[in-house]
Amino acid sequence: MSENLKRTPLYEWHKSVGAKLVSFAGWEMPIQYSGIVSEHNAVRMNMGLFDVSHMGEIFVSGPEAEKALDYLTCNDVRSLVDGKAQYSAITNEKGGLIDDIIIYRFSSTRYLLCVNASNSDKDFQWLKSHNKFNCSIEDRSSEYGQMAVQGPLAVGLVEKATGRALAKEVKSFHFVSLKLFGVDVIAARTGYTGEDGFEIFTPWNRALEVWEGLFGVGEDSLLEPAGLGARDSLRLEACLPLYGHELADDWTAIESGLGWIVKPDKKGDFLGRAVLERQKKEGSPRSLVGFFVNDSGIVRQGDKIVVAGKEVGVVTSGTKTPYLNQALGLALIESKYKEVGSEINAVVRGKELKCEVVTTPFYRRT
Amino acid sequence: MNIPAELRYTKDHEWVKLEGDNATVGITEFAQQELGDIVFVDLPAAGKTLKAHDTMSVVESTKAASDVYAPISGVVAAVNDTLGSAPEKINKEPYQGGWMVKLSKVNKSEFDALLTAAQYQELVGNH
Repeated sequence: MSENLKRTPLYEWHKSVGAKLVSFAGWEMPIQYSGIVSEHNAVRMNMGLFDVSHMGEIFVSGPEAEKALDYLTCNDVRSLVDGKAQYSAITNEKGGLIDDIIIYRFSSTRYLLCVNASNSDKDFQWLKSHNKFNCSIEDRSSEYGQMAVQGPLAVGLVEKATGRALAKEVKSFHFVSLKLFGVDVIAARTGYTGEDGFEIFTPWNRALEVWEGLFGVGEDSLLEPAGLGARDSLRLEACLPLYGHELADDWTAIESGLGWIVKPDKKGDFLGRAVLERQKKEGSPRSLVGFFVNDSGIVRQGDKIVVAGKEVGVVTSGTKTPYLNQALGLALIESKYKEVGSEINAVVRGKELKCEVVTTPFYRRT
Repeated sequence: MNIPAELRYTKDHEWVKLEGDNATVGITEFAQQELGDIVFVDLPAAGKTLKAHDTMSVVESTKAASDVYAPISGVVAAVNDTLGSAPEKINKEPYQGGWMVKLSKVNKSEFDALLTAAQYQELVGNH
């Protein structure tokens, strides 16, 4: 690759096992190892390990850290307690999305934000320039590596590695600091695949020890490395949005289906409150829907959605997902067509393919 | 890299097996490796007349769609229907069970102008 791409601490490991590396958000990342289909299914059936060290870690600390975050994001930061995390979004004045994030509360004066790799710098600049409170905002992304172990066997693996009953100790969207293979890490019961598991933050220069340690747990381990290709097909199958697809600066959080993390009744004001409050009450002109393709073909981001020959929206993400073995997608369309059962067409290479709005998520783990 | 000597190749990574006036066409080992897991194949209708370089088929991975071009002119005599339920055959056996289209009434002079196995090897050799 000719560009000056950044590399995670696990780059040499990926290369040594023959991973296919691609350029993503300024990083040289593994898109696949054994293949997207087998990695996707490995995560659904057993477990997979993702290198997500390219993601950003921004710390917000100080006497008014809670107030600042409550103003800069749309979810209710005050509902957090120490050791709890929440999915949220940094919103702008029009209710559009700067980024979707997870906020981890260490204390009422210290928070960690995990942000998308593609928006790391943008988020940091935005938070700094809109911070009118007594707190500091630090981008410490270069200090942290991160990996995600996901799948029905994932929690059990980390339990075995630590000797701790983590399934009971760390509930969903909670986190703990612990020692993993002698390394101080933060283990959060969160993920982006629709499966159970942990996202593990390590010091940058000790990420490889933890990565290799996880592969060494137990004999005949079913753990497999999984790349960004499978990460995308898994999150789409679970109907999780991706910035640059379902989320954008000029679509509101309500239109993007994130009404559930918008809390207009929370104590303080926040950027975008007026628009989001109104849309949450009265509805938005456009809505995000999930659809199945009922014709032969695959629908992808950018394909137009038409009803009776009239353009009514656009596909934000689409593929044929390996586990469900179904061509499906998400689309932002005029709200009047959003009801489940609605028949919509997607234009693919000049041809209209019959699609149908379905209940989401497409996949939910049992 | 498997590049059977008895086949001919295009720089777009299709292979052709000539049998009299008929030809069988597919994509190469190199192509399937580059594409990754194939999850859907769009094949032409029987009877369709194709000129060399016309889009003959589309193969799709989870990430993207790629055009496959007619390597030589001919008429579509048959397509590999088994790829409907098992598109991964193209990845597993690109030259055997993963064949895509059979053409009849092919243009033999176009076939003669295709790359030999040695020439194709040179093209993809450094990958």
